[in-house]
Amino acid sequence: MSHILGRSAPTSPGDSARTDGLIQALDPRTRILAAAGFALVAVALTSLWLMLIALVMAGLAMGAARLPAGPTLRRMAMMDGFIVVLLVMLPFTVPGPAAFTVLGWPASWAGLEQAAAIALKANAVALALLSLVGSMDPTTLGHALARLRVPERLVHLLLFTVRYIAVIEAEYHRLRRAMRARGFRPRTNGHTLRSLGYLIGMLLVRALERSERILQAMKCRGFTGRLPLLDTLRFSARDGVFAAGLIPVLAGLLILDFAHVPAA
Amino acid sequence: MHIVDGALSAPVLIGGAVVATGGLALGLRSLTLEKIPAAGVLSATFFVAALVHVPIGPSSVHLIMNGLAGLVLGWAAFPALFVGLLLQAVFFGFGGVTVLGVNTVAIALPAVMVGLALRPAVSGPDARLAALAGLAAGSLAIVLTALTVALVLWLSGDAFLAAAKLVVIAHLPVAVIEGLVCAAAVTLIHRAKPELFAALAGPATLRPA
Repeated sequence: MSHILGRSAPTSPGDSARTDGLIQALDPRTRILAAAGFALVAVALTSLWLMLIALVMAGLAMGAARLPAGPTLRRMAMMDGFIVVLLVMLPFTVPGPAAFTVLGWPASWAGLEQAAAIALKANAVALALLSLVGSMDPTTLGHALARLRVPERLVHLLLFTVRYIAVIEAEYHRLRRAMRARGFRPRTNGHTLRSLGYLIGMLLVRALERSERILQAMKCRGFTGRLPLLDTLRFSARDGVFAAGLIPVLAGLLILDFAHVPAA
Repeated sequence: MHIVDGALSAPVLIGGAVVATGGLALGLRSLTLEKIPAAGVLSATFFVAALVHVPIGPSSVHLIMNGLAGLVLGWAAFPALFVGLLLQAVFFGFGGVTVLGVNTVAIALPAVMVGLALRPAVSGPDARLAALAGLAAGSLAIVLTALTVALVLWLSGDAFLAAAKLVVIAHLPVAVIEGLVCAAAVTLIHRAKPELFAALAGPATLRPA
């Protein structure tokens, strides 16, 4: 089954053994907490060199999760595409000594540095998040969040959303295929916008009708308002070793940054 | 528009996280467990809707549909859109960790606001009024989102002021597109299943077993 969120549950145990890396051997909660801790530290850094180290760490995590480098880095590039305009503008809006001028507009060193800092931090955090958390099954993410005391209703909402994204997406493609069969070609005009609006309205109507059937089926099977989370999350020695390695490194980054040891 | 990690100042990030937590708490309070299947499947639908691209000349933009989410989900739009943003950040790498609160506020708060203001009009008997309210909800939500993004950028430093203005200008055509798409969606729902606008609004229709 191809799932839009990337990895779906492995179809057989042998499958998962082949594709899983060191990251997947950790408890999902460890991975979520590590990603959150890494993000907080990376965002707090002020030295470009230390940000570069953080980006390298995120790259190592990608390797340890055995994520395919091509598609993963393409996703990062898409994210960079969103922010490139913001970054390009910064050298011209941050005051400071000019590094160079473009058509008479001075670009400041301070602005260049700030743009580089944002690019490094954004990529480091996104890559670490994709590697540590994005490499797990979406359902596992929900269970791990529940075990980390995220409110039960939010977890249930997440689990339902994850479960039905693929279903609704299949429905969406079915409707789009039907539209294409009737000669629909998306263009920049009112007809396209109206057709897409009807399409989304139809998806919502069908989604609600589907949810009514889901609720009836759940009640039929004794749903009393709680979804029991059947899993066996357990911290192991590996998680201890990982934490014992990561925490000093993150603390070291913060201390070095605070002391401004590297000349940046 | 996703803001990434590393751009915003700490007070803005913390403020965003606090407001998002409050919105989530209010949104979850309205979600009784009987409504969670409906909220979840609709949340999945809005996630898929955000993958729909509309061509603009040689380029294209993806839909956001937060105005429609507000009309359909009400306060539940807050947790539903949060879940969508969380999944996009974790599995697509769009957005980030520390900016999750700010991004949620920028998308979900306008959704809830236009939802609360315009839901009576879309669920009324007048189809023309419903379509107009849909148009207003779709475009207003995007304008409010763009203004929120611009505000958090500007609050993070004067250097972002130019970028903040650019965000608002760049979202104006998106607001027109979203308004028209939302009006069409509301028209269809109004004709095919008007009770959709009340599905998550009213009291629980099914008592706990």
